Amino acid sequence: MGPADVVAVLPEILLLTGALVALVGGSFTPREQQWRVRLAAVAALVASGVAAGFGLASPAGPVFSGTYDVDTATGVVRLVVAASTLLVIGLGVEEVAGHRQESETYALLLLSATGAVVLGGAADLLVLVVAFLLGSIPLYALVGQARTGPAAEGAMKTYLLGALLGIVLMAGVTVLLGVGGGEAGYAGLTAALAGAPAGAVAAGAVAVLVGLMFKAGGVPGHFWVPDAAQGASVTAAAFLTTVPKVGALVAAFRLVDAMPAAVDVQLVVAVLAVASMTLGNLAALGQTAVRRLLGWSTVSQVGYLLLPVAVVGRTDLAEPALLFYLPAYAVTNLTAFAVVAALPGRESLEDYRGLGRAHPWLAGALLVSLLGLLGTPPTSVFVGKLLVATAAWDGGAGWLAVVLVVNTVASLSYYLRWLAPMFRGGEPIKEYALQRLWASHGAAIAGMASMALGLIGGVMWTLASG
Amino acid sequence: MLSLVIFVPLLAAVVLALARGMPDALARWAWVGVSLVEVVLVAVLWGLYETPEPGGLAFEEQVPWIVGVGISYHVGLDGLSLPLVALTAVVFAACAVYGLREQRRPRTQAALFLFLQTTCLGLFAASDLIVFLLFFDLSIVGMYFAIAGWGHGDARRSALQFFLYTFLGSLVLLLGFIGLYVASGTFDMVEIAADPPLVGAGVTGALVLAAVVVGLAIKTPTVPFHTWLPPAHTDASAVGSAVLAGVLLKMGTYGFVRIAMPMLPDAWRSFAWVVIAVGVVSVVWGALVALAQTDLKRMVAYTSVNHMGYVVVAVGAAGVVGGSDADARALAVTGATTQMVSHGLITGALFLLAGVLRRRAGTYDMGRFGGLAGTAPRFAVLLAVAAFASLGLPGFSGFVAELQIFAGSIAAVPWTAVALVGILLTAALFLRALQRVLTGRTRGESVGFVDVRPSELVAVAPLLLGALLLGVLPGPVLAVIEPAAVTVADLAGR
Repeated sequence: MGPADVVAVLPEILLLTGALVALVGGSFTPREQQWRVRLAAVAALVASGVAAGFGLASPAGPVFSGTYDVDTATGVVRLVVAASTLLVIGLGVEEVAGHRQESETYALLLLSATGAVVLGGAADLLVLVVAFLLGSIPLYALVGQARTGPAAEGAMKTYLLGALLGIVLMAGVTVLLGVGGGEAGYAGLTAALAGAPAGAVAAGAVAVLVGLMFKAGGVPGHFWVPDAAQGASVTAAAFLTTVPKVGALVAAFRLVDAMPAAVDVQLVVAVLAVASMTLGNLAALGQTAVRRLLGWSTVSQVGYLLLPVAVVGRTDLAEPALLFYLPAYAVTNLTAFAVVAALPGRESLEDYRGLGRAHPWLAGALLVSLLGLLGTPPTSVFVGKLLVATAAWDGGAGWLAVVLVVNTVASLSYYLRWLAPMFRGGEPIKEYALQRLWASHGAAIAGMASMALGLIGGVMWTLASG
Repeated sequence: MLSLVIFVPLLAAVVLALARGMPDALARWAWVGVSLVEVVLVAVLWGLYETPEPGGLAFEEQVPWIVGVGISYHVGLDGLSLPLVALTAVVFAACAVYGLREQRRPRTQAALFLFLQTTCLGLFAASDLIVFLLFFDLSIVGMYFAIAGWGHGDARRSALQFFLYTFLGSLVLLLGFIGLYVASGTFDMVEIAADPPLVGAGVTGALVLAAVVVGLAIKTPTVPFHTWLPPAHTDASAVGSAVLAGVLLKMGTYGFVRIAMPMLPDAWRSFAWVVIAVGVVSVVWGALVALAQTDLKRMVAYTSVNHMGYVVVAVGAAGVVGGSDADARALAVTGATTQMVSHGLITGALFLLAGVLRRRAGTYDMGRFGGLAGTAPRFAVLLAVAAFASLGLPGFSGFVAELQIFAGSIAAVPWTAVALVGILLTAALFLRALQRVLTGRTRGESVGFVDVRPSELVAVAPLLLGALLLGVLPGPVLAVIEPAAVTVADLAGR
C-alpha cells in the first residue's frame, strides 16, 4: 500500500469524508441552517464525481495488493452512484429540508453510497463483505426514518432480510475461502478454486450471489423492495431502488467472472434473472399504489440487468452492456421517483389523472421515464435492453433474450395503466395545487438525461468499453 | 437534405406542443403549412432522385451512433422507399387539411400528427435495423395517443389493444434483428443485405425469419394477426384511421421487401409458400368478412386486410425461384410496392370520407343512410370514385398494382390465382355499399345531410387524383420502383 493507492480511491474517500462531515457537522448546526450540511454533502458528491471522471480517464488498475480494482467498471459505478445520489438529494430537498434528521439523512445517503461504490470495486471476498455491511446498515435507518407504520414495517423487512442474506453471503465467502485454500483475491481465486470440489464452489458462489441479490433487490432478496419503496420517504425510496443495485450488480459480475469455468454459475444467474423479471412484472400487474408499482418494476429491471452477468466470459458484449444499462436504468428510475416527489400526497395511479394538462412538463418526464423503463426507443433503457439482449444471445443464451421480450410485453400494461389516466380527459381527483420546484426540476433534468443517454449512445459505449 | 425532410415535422411538433397559448386556428393552419412544406420538400427530393447502384442508396447519410455493435443513424432512399416517403407526405397533408375543422384540442393533435409524420418518414428512410425499430416503436406510441385521445366509442380499449398487439410485434421484430446482428456483426441494412448471414443456417435462419415475419405480419396485418385492426379503425378519428391505414400499415409490408427478403434470402425461399398461403388467406378472409359488415368504416378496415394480402402474396411469390424467371418475380415486387402506394392513397380517402359521415350523422352504420346521392352529390361522387378505385377499376392505381401482382405471382406460382376471388368479392362489397348508402329513397340520416365542405373536398380530392394519375400514367413512378424491385428479386433469389 502506497500513496498511489490512496490517490486511486480518492472518490471513495471523498464520499466517506462527506458522510462524516454531514454527521458531525449536523450536530453543531441549527435546524434551520441545515442547508449548509446539504451543501457539504453535495460538494462531496460533486468532488467524488469529478475525481471519478479523472480516474476513468486513466484507470489505475488493481490497488491495495489487488483487493480493490480501479478499472472502467469501478469508474462507471462511481460516476453513476455520485450522480444518482446527487439527484436523490435534489429531488428530496423539499421533503427533507427542515426535517429534524436532515443532516443524518445526508450522512446515511453518503455512507450507503460509499458502500455501493466499494461493493462495485471490490476484488476480494473480504472487502466484499465489508462493503456489503457498509452499504446495508445505513439503508435500514433510511427506510425507518419516516417513523410511520408502513415505514417501520419496511425497515423491519429490510433489516431482517438484510441480516439473513448478509449471513448467507458471509457463509458463502467462508466456504469459498475454505475450499480455495484461503485465497480471497479474485485475481488468484479462479486458479485456487480450479482444483476444489465443484459442488462446494457452486454452493459458495450461489450463497454469495444470493447475498448480493439483497442489495440488488432481485429474487430471492427482493421481498423488502416494494414495502420499503412504499413505506419509506420518497427520498429514501428513490435511493434504495437505485444506488445499491449499481454496486451489487457489478459485484455479481466480478464474482461470476472469478469463478472457475468448470462451475456453471452463469446458469444460476440466468435462473435468478428470469425469476426476477417474471416475478417483478407479474407482481406489478395488480398494483394501484404508484410507489409499490415502481418497487416491483425495479425488481423486474434487476432481472434484465442480470442478463449480461449470466453470460460473463462468454461474450465481449457482457461488460459494456451492463455498464451501459446501469446509468440508463438509474436515471430513468430516478425520473419517475422525482415526479412522485414533486407531487406529494399522490399515492394511487388514479391520483395522476389530468396531470398532462395541469403539469405538462412533469407528465412529459413521467412519460419518458415509464416508456423508458418499458424499453421504448430512443430512451436510454431501450439501448440498454437491446445491448443486454444482444449480449445474451451472443453469449449463447438466446433464450434469455426471448424471456426478456416476453417480460417486456407483460410489463407494458402496468406502465400504461399509470400513463393512461395522465393524458385522459376528466377532472383530476386531487387539485394540482402543490408542486415542489426542486423535485420538478430534478424530474425534468433526469428525463432529459434519460433521453440524451440513449441518443449519445456512442459516447457512452466508448466509455463503457474502456 | 433527407434528414431535414424527416425532422422538420418533429421540430414543428415540438414548437406546437410547447406553444400553450397558441390560438386553435393558428395551430390548424400551422399544421397545414408544415405538411405542405413537406410535400414540396419531398417533390424536390423526387426531382433530384437518380436511381442508385443496385443495393445502394440515394441521399445517403450516415452518422455513427453505437459503434461497438455497428449501430449508426443511417438513412437513404431507393426505389422502394421514395414512393412511400412521397405517399407519407401526401397522406399527412390531406389529413392536415381535413383537420382544419377539428374542434377537439387541435394544437395537440397537430403536434401529435407531425410527430407521427417524422416517425413514418424516418422508418421508410432507415437503413439501419435499430433506426428502423426506433421509428417503428415511436409510431406505435404516437398512434396509441392518437386513438386514445381523439377516438370515439371504446377508444381507450381499442388503443390499448392496438398498442399491446403491435408492440408485441415490434419486440418480436427486435428479437429477429438481434439474431441478424449476432450472425452478421452489424445492424446496418445495406451491409447485411450485401452479404446475407444465416445462409444455409437451417433452424436458426428459420427462427430469425419467423421472428422478423411475425413482427411485420402483426403490423401489416395479415390473418391471423389482424384482430387489432378493426376495433382500432372503428374507434379512431378519421385522420387517425387515414394515417393508420394509409401509412402505418405499409411499415409491415415495406419491412418484407426491405428486410426479410434481401437479408434472409435463403430462409425466405424455403418458407415462401407459407407467406403465399398467409397472403391468399388474408385476401379471401379479409374480403369475406368485409362483405358481412354493416359499418362502413369497419368494412373499409377489413378491405385493408384484403389489399395488404395481395402485397403479401406478391412478396411470397417473388421468393419462389424454381420454375419462374427473374422478370416475373421482379414484376411481383413492383406490383407489391405500387399496391402499397395505391392502397395508401385510396384508403386514406375512404377513411376521410367515412369521417365525413360521422361528422354529420354520428354513425358509420350503412343501414341508417340511403339516397345520399340526392342530398350530397359531391360526397356521392367522391365516395363512388374512391370505391371504384379501391375495387381495382382500370384507370386507377389499384388496377395497375393488382395487375402486376397477379401477372408476376401467377407466372411464378399458378395457384395464387385463387386470390383473384378477392377481387370479385371486393367489387361486390363496394357496389353493395354504394347502393345502400347512395341510391334509393332519401331516408334516415341522409335527410338534411350537409354535402362535403371545401376543406374536406381539398383533403380528399388530391388523394383520389393521385390514384387516378398513378392509374393512367404509372410510367414515372414505375420507372423509380422497377430498378429497386429487380434488385430485391435478385437478392432474394441468391
